[in-house]
Amino acid sequence: MEMRQAADEKQTIDTRVCIAGVELKNPVMTASGTFGSGQEYSEFVDLKRLGAVVTKGVANVPWAGNPTPRIAETYGGMMNAIGLQNPGIDVFCERDIPYLQQFDTKIIVNVCGHAPEEYLAVVERLADEPIDMMEINISCPNVNAGFLAFGQDAKNVEKLTAQIKKIAKQPVIMKLTPNVTDITEIARAAEAGGADALSLINTLTGMKIDVERQTFALANKTGGVSGPAVKPIAVRMVYQVANAVSVPIIGMGGIATAADALEFILAGATAVSVGTANFYNPTATIEVAEGIEDYMRRHNVKRVTELIGAVR
Amino acid sequence: MSCKRKETAMVVSQECLLPGIYSMWLETKEIAGLAVPGQFISMYTKDGSKLLPRPISLCEIEKETNRLRVVYRVTGENTGTKQFSEMKAGDTIEILGPLGNGFPLEAGRGKKAFLIGGGIGVPPMLELAKQLDAQKQLVMGYRDEQFLTDEFTKNGTLYVATEDGSAGTKGNVMDAIRENALGAEIIYACGPSPMLRAIKQYAEENNIVCYVSMEERMACGIGACLACVCQSKEVDGHSHVHNKRVCKDGPVFLSTEVEI
Repeated sequence: MEMRQAADEKQTIDTRVCIAGVELKNPVMTASGTFGSGQEYSEFVDLKRLGAVVTKGVANVPWAGNPTPRIAETYGGMMNAIGLQNPGIDVFCERDIPYLQQFDTKIIVNVCGHAPEEYLAVVERLADEPIDMMEINISCPNVNAGFLAFGQDAKNVEKLTAQIKKIAKQPVIMKLTPNVTDITEIARAAEAGGADALSLINTLTGMKIDVERQTFALANKTGGVSGPAVKPIAVRMVYQVANAVSVPIIGMGGIATAADALEFILAGATAVSVGTANFYNPTATIEVAEGIEDYMRRHNVKRVTELIGAVR
Repeated sequence: MSCKRKETAMVVSQECLLPGIYSMWLETKEIAGLAVPGQFISMYTKDGSKLLPRPISLCEIEKETNRLRVVYRVTGENTGTKQFSEMKAGDTIEILGPLGNGFPLEAGRGKKAFLIGGGIGVPPMLELAKQLDAQKQLVMGYRDEQFLTDEFTKNGTLYVATEDGSAGTKGNVMDAIRENALGAEIIYACGPSPMLRAIKQYAEENNIVCYVSMEERMACGIGACLACVCQSKEVDGHSHVHNKRVCKDGPVFLSTEVEI
């Protein structure tokens, strides 16, 4: 209802998109891990202006994460190895979900784990929670190698997706890693397993060496590269995946402006996530949402959905 | 609670205090009016290849004119801080702040206090020295040449330590405290980890309340990304592990709260 009003105000522009039956007031969401559960950024961003808030990954128990330094700047981007520090699903359900429920936006909970049982425990625990979707992180590069292999192996991805779908009460988004030879193979596997949507890309595994100190810039040695520098890779992968599957795609990877977001939408994404840009522009999400509206007016686009995959 | 701002500030003046150490006054819209000693701001370059904010501690706060002073070290060629050092009066810069908790002033009221700064941890002690109502012994450690000493002298009794012995006590801040046979009921400190570690140990051996300002690589600066954590003794309120966020839970911690 509110969405219709919002659309009316802006001269018949309709920014709504639909993912697995969940209607978002606009296609702009936050990328997991860059926005906490919204609380810290609520000082800068009116959360109800967002299509959805995607939370930082949550596991079945608290995770302490990696040693510091956990972050390094790279040319036109950054590299992180936070290691999915999180309070565990119990605290998350008691504290973070009620917090987000105050706002008229959709809640997408990112789920992480070391093993299928851990993912399944979180998914099961979320069954009766008032969340709109869950995003399964099978692609974080900052935990042990065995874990990453999960999202890199098509058979594993299909199997895990199917296991999750069997018990999930909310639509399931599988978040894909770009650290593979052919991302469409993994995307098809997730779709075959029953994924309702796909999100991509997670960060690209990288390394930075501090030459003065002759050491790794990150305590974890490797980290996930993100930010504007990775955007062309992400756009290419969204385009490839959009042509390989029929489920909706949430595109991300270096989005900082409306033009960036529109690249992903034109390449085939139904929605987009703003991540690293939040760190250097806390109001980036809102600027992207407003910029998409401006673009629609300038190009006389009535429904944002007309733009999805419009460049072929 | 909601008092952080992202603003376009204007450079009022820029001065090189020593090779590699710069002092910049900024005119803000609201941030200076909201800031307290021990807080910091995130400073952004205009260079798209250097996206992350540089967290810089506040050296002075002038509420009447809405001005802030930052004294910072240029960390090398082709760095963000190098770009800041090239800015001139009238230039604009994006800043986010005030960030972090700041030094608790009430805890030190009327007490015999140490304000200890080391290296680029010296600058935040100046605004603290100006605002703290205490018997202030300012112990500042430098590698060789000193900066801000005139300003410190106006705000307490200054004791200097230099690594090369060119001024004050030869050695570090703890050497200066021992050489001058100083004592305190409360300590405020900012500086490199080895210095903070020594101060923490001294404070705990002598049962002195001690606040330390910590440093860590940051991204968001507001407590969301969990990059800048330090090890805490107790379970933290955010993630329920033992990781306090330097940017939000700190940067100032009781020495007994954190592992250094």
